[in-house]
Amino acid sequence: MLTDIGQRRERLAIPGEAYAAFAILALLIAVPLFAGNAAVDKLTTLFVYLLLAVMWNLLAGYAGIVSVGQQAFFGLGGYFAVRLVEAGLPPYWAFFVGALGVAIVAIPISAAILRLKGGELAIALWVLAEVLRLAVMFDPLVQGETGISLLAMNSFDPTFRRNLNYWLGLAAVSGMLVAAYFLLRSKIGLSAKAIRDDEEAAKSIGIDAMRVKQVFFVIAAFGCAIAGMIWLANTITYQPRTNFGIQWTVFMLFMVLVGGLGTFAGPIVGAVVFFLLQEIFGNYGAWYLAGLGLIAILFASMLPGGIMGYVQSKTGFVPFSDGMTQNNRKRP
Amino acid sequence: MSEPAILSCAGLRKSFGRFQALSAVDISVGRGEALGVVGPNGAGKTTLFAILAGALRPSDGSIAFEGRDVTSMDASQRCRYGIVRTHQIPRPFLGMTVIENVLVAAMNGGGLSGEAAWAAAEAALEQTELAQHAARPTQTLGLLDRKRLELARALAMNPRVLLLDEIGGGLTEAELEGLLELVARLKRSGMTIVWIEHVLHALVASVDRLICMSEGRVIAEGAPAAVMADKAVAQTYLGRGVQ
Ligand SMILES: Nc1ncnc2c1ncn2[C@@H]1O[C@H](COP(=O)(O)OP(=O)(O)OP(=O)(O)O)[C@@H](O)[C@H]1O
Ligand SMILES: [Mg+2]
Repeated sequence: MLTDIGQRRERLAIPGEAYAAFAILALLIAVPLFAGNAAVDKLTTLFVYLLLAVMWNLLAGYAGIVSVGQQAFFGLGGYFAVRLVEAGLPPYWAFFVGALGVAIVAIPISAAILRLKGGELAIALWVLAEVLRLAVMFDPLVQGETGISLLAMNSFDPTFRRNLNYWLGLAAVSGMLVAAYFLLRSKIGLSAKAIRDDEEAAKSIGIDAMRVKQVFFVIAAFGCAIAGMIWLANTITYQPRTNFGIQWTVFMLFMVLVGGLGTFAGPIVGAVVFFLLQEIFGNYGAWYLAGLGLIAILFASMLPGGIMGYVQSKTGFVPFSDGMTQNNRKRP
Repeated sequence: MSEPAILSCAGLRKSFGRFQALSAVDISVGRGEALGVVGPNGAGKTTLFAILAGALRPSDGSIAFEGRDVTSMDASQRCRYGIVRTHQIPRPFLGMTVIENVLVAAMNGGGLSGEAAWAAAEAALEQTELAQHAARPTQTLGLLDRKRLELARALAMNPRVLLLDEIGGGLTEAELEGLLELVARLKRSGMTIVWIEHVLHALVASVDRLICMSEGRVIAEGAPAAVMADKAVAQTYLGRGVQ
């Protein structure tokens, strides 16, 4: 009987740490029932960070695409939502449809931009984010620097809205983590890792590198757009300079490099560390941003695997390891 | 040659800047044939493979596979068609496990999915004596095992034409024996093989035909024994003191 369960567990390939994750998830679901408003708001912000970190890790850690322009999709998502609400869509529908819209727009963008490599690609994405920001600022609805408030959100009861944002954020993070877990074990995930390790060798084993990178790029664009939506739902104001801000890229770099590039748990650890730093130093402005960048660079050069890479190599325990062994083979 | 050609190239040239690595190479490989390629260092053998597999574009000339011009096809397409190469300097995916390296090949170049892909991957590891290392991070493999992995990855794709670039170097006699048996088995299964090798006695024992390249040209071609006895071949080899 016991071995039977053991075998079934193995066949379903549920790692032991998943049970811990389920317990944390159950606890987090219940938080709004007992915690105060401030705590719920803060945790919603943490979910935004988590989403961004997980997306950036998918891009850079697993597909080898180093982007310093993911704020393009964060900001564009918010803009689409603002426009869709203006056109009469209920806000939460607008968030969802807007994020899908960003994913669709990301398809032609990926086809153009992924032809570039390394530094050129990174810069092209940053330029894209800036161009999109300028374009959005020309929209009279947004009123340039001033921005716009999503007044439609005021029709909801504040507590209801706060809790809904929280649960949506939690659902988005958990959904993306589960999706990433399975993605990395699929043909496309394995192919992405191969491209990351050696693109020419990947082509020599029949991998269509462009298509694989496009899939990761579009998923990451969608995830960043969702993060932008949750941020917008929580703050209600949309300002191009904030929503398209380069600080989002600094945050992503920091979280992933400190947490552990190319490790599954790294971005989660990095997001929590960053969240705590924000709590302590969050109002120090430009110097704070520069400090974050410096720490990220220090980590990248001195501890390339970040915190998780270090812990994993010291303990041999790799939570949610994406490195498959024969245990992952589903036997009939 | 009597059999119809499965892979051929005509008038291949490749220059790197002013340096001519290949000048007017015509080669034809018969279906199911095992063709050996020898020649001194820098003769252009690896460059020829890179062009046949689509990793490099020729400066001039054309490549045909199964009677169809594939010159403009990229490497990944050619691989899915069945032209598979191993790299002389192994290029494993270092951030993945050993079995993942092979699995990803079975899924892409091999066109397999699910259970069939796993089965092909495990079979390829067994054939190359890597099975006991399946779960290891590839980073921890030594050079010899990385060479084996290069071969395992290729075999997992069940190629129509297999281009082997110096997979025998550094093996012990016993290991070489095993490799020769494997190549013979692949040949019996109908696979076409082109094999570059400096371990001449192994090569001569297992190929149907041999070509010798030097300075970007084919200087001799024919039955292995006849090519090895050729004056020009002896001169290029002895003249440079290579094996
Ligand atoms: N990318 C490149 N750029 C410039 N020169 C190159 C390049 N690739 C190869 N060459 C040159 O082309 C010549 C042929 O190289 P190639 O690797 O094809 O030789 P080879 O016959 O495989 O030799 P070996 O037996 O040492 O493997 C060499 O002189 C090499 O230096
Ligand atoms: Mg060579």
